[in-house]
Amino acid sequence: MKQILSAGVAIAIATVGFAEGMMPDDVVYSEYGEVEASLSGQPGDAAAGLEIMVSRGKGNCIACHQVTALEEYPFHGEVGPSLDGVGEYRTAAELRGIIANAKMTYEGTIMPAFYRASGFNRPGNAFTGKAAEGELSPLLTAQEIEDVVAYLQTLKD
Amino acid sequence: MKSLFKGGIAAVAILSAFAANADEEADLVINEEIEITVRTDAPAHVENLSTIYSGWVFRSTETQALQMDDFENPGMIFVDDAIAAWNTVEGTEGQSCAACHGAPEEMAGVRAVYPKWNDEAEEVRTIAMQVNGCRTEQMGADEWKYDGNEMLNMEALLASVSRGIPVNVAIDGPVQAMWEKGRELYYTRFGQLDLSCANCHEDNYGNNIRADHLSQGQINAFPTYRLKNAKLNGVQGRFRGCIRDTRAETFAVGSEEFIALELYVASRGNGLSVEGPSVRN
Ligand code: HEC
Ligand code: HEC
Ligand code: HEC
Repeated sequence: MKQILSAGVAIAIATVGFAEGMMPDDVVYSEYGEVEASLSGQPGDAAAGLEIMVSRGKGNCIACHQVTALEEYPFHGEVGPSLDGVGEYRTAAELRGIIANAKMTYEGTIMPAFYRASGFNRPGNAFTGKAAEGELSPLLTAQEIEDVVAYLQTLKD
Repeated sequence: MKSLFKGGIAAVAILSAFAANADEEADLVINEEIEITVRTDAPAHVENLSTIYSGWVFRSTETQALQMDDFENPGMIFVDDAIAAWNTVEGTEGQSCAACHGAPEEMAGVRAVYPKWNDEAEEVRTIAMQVNGCRTEQMGADEWKYDGNEMLNMEALLASVSRGIPVNVAIDGPVQAMWEKGRELYYTRFGQLDLSCANCHEDNYGNNIRADHLSQGQINAFPTYRLKNAKLNGVQGRFRGCIRDTRAETFAVGSEEFIALELYVASRGNGLSVEGPSVRN
């Protein structure tokens, strides 16, 4: 009885974690890697998206991308293209797809998938070097992806 | 890379601020005497590179300078510690390294060909495994911890007497199977960031990733004295760190996987000079 109860609790917690959005494995990508619907069902908040872009513990997008509008945050990388003007030439659906799983748009890309929780080789428990325990969480939540999409849409020439 | 997707460490950011000043054209001469090859044609078995570079090339002018003079190189202190150990009698056989091998300089050229096949043990040995082989089989002494201080000090001594000699690791014959295993690991993506060694060190060397200026991840210069942790760092400890930073379960220092990877990565540097102990950030 005790065991049944605790299993029930675990499931309840897992569901709460994703209650506001779609599970990573359920995201539907178009042939070109776009994702049409908001992952969280809510609009994104561009100001929160900016924080995620620059924070090392979150998106850390500027580790690989130069963004002129984020110049005050030090150390922009050169591994990916500049994101200046990306809100002009990319749709929200394209941006959402690229952030959720860039491999659906660019085969074999070095850009990590931010909304994927399975299919990895030797996944670790964050940065401990030890094996992951239990289910992986995606690098960003559904709402955080929406926030970044909202921020990128502000990057217009 | 440690700082990618991770709580920022201010010290790293400050050290790496020099990255912008890297002089990728500079040449390395140590003590105005030992000429080090820091760039040369890639060996034929490194399919995707035309030129190979020592990690020294990608460091800041300030960090580069520390390695040009043994009095400035903090790694050289550990070489002195190892000379003392070299001359110390240890174990049941009453032997020291010096008793069998003479002066450390007699080891000139040895570092350049490791990892290599050992006929008697019928295995690929890293230089650390060979030193432990001598301790247990020849001296009747205890093994040193694989990446422990005593071992890294001795590795620094063995590297220092080979400085300037080109790396020339064999990749065929009895080592071939291990070499191929190492190559496969090099191109395998690991962890939740899903990155291989090649993604960073082959496809993106010369680029900045956040504040880090990416090198080719060569190991000709090990052990490295890192300003970040102010100690000597071994090859496999560095591999561990790089895999851990992809949010992966890493392999153990001394594991079969890392021996294979060390053999393969060493062979990617065939033609660069032995350079250790080196200085890195
Ligand atoms: C490890 C490096 C890396 C990180 C971290 C990274 N990206 Fe990327 N990104 C790339 C690369 C490389 C490309 C180019 C695609 C390719 O050719 O592989 C790219 C492409 C893109 C594009 C398409 C740009 C265009 O010109 O259409 C967008 C948008 C983007 N990234 C956004 C982000 C955001 C937002 C983040 C953080 C949540 C992020 N990236 C994190 C490497 C990275
Ligand atoms: C009793 C004699 C003896 C002692 C003591 C001894 N060795 Fe050796 N060492 C050998 C022999 C014999 C070989 C070559 C045998 C082999 O290849 O396994 C060797 C090989 C080596 C090699 C590889 C040389 C090459 O050309 O590949 C290194 C490095 C080495 N020893 C380091 C050390 C160190 C460091 C110590 C002290 C901690 C030490 N040895 C102590 C006998 C000794
Ligand atoms: C996300 C990018 C990334 C990946 C993937 C990665 N590394 Fe690194 N590695 C770095 C960074 C950043 C440094 C420090 C700067 C430099 O020397 O490139 C580094 C340093 C090194 C060094 C030290 C070089 C020197 O001269 O001191 C070695 C060796 C190395 N890496 C090997 C590897 C191996 C082997 C793998 C695969 C198991 C690997 N790295 C995977 C980013 C990466």
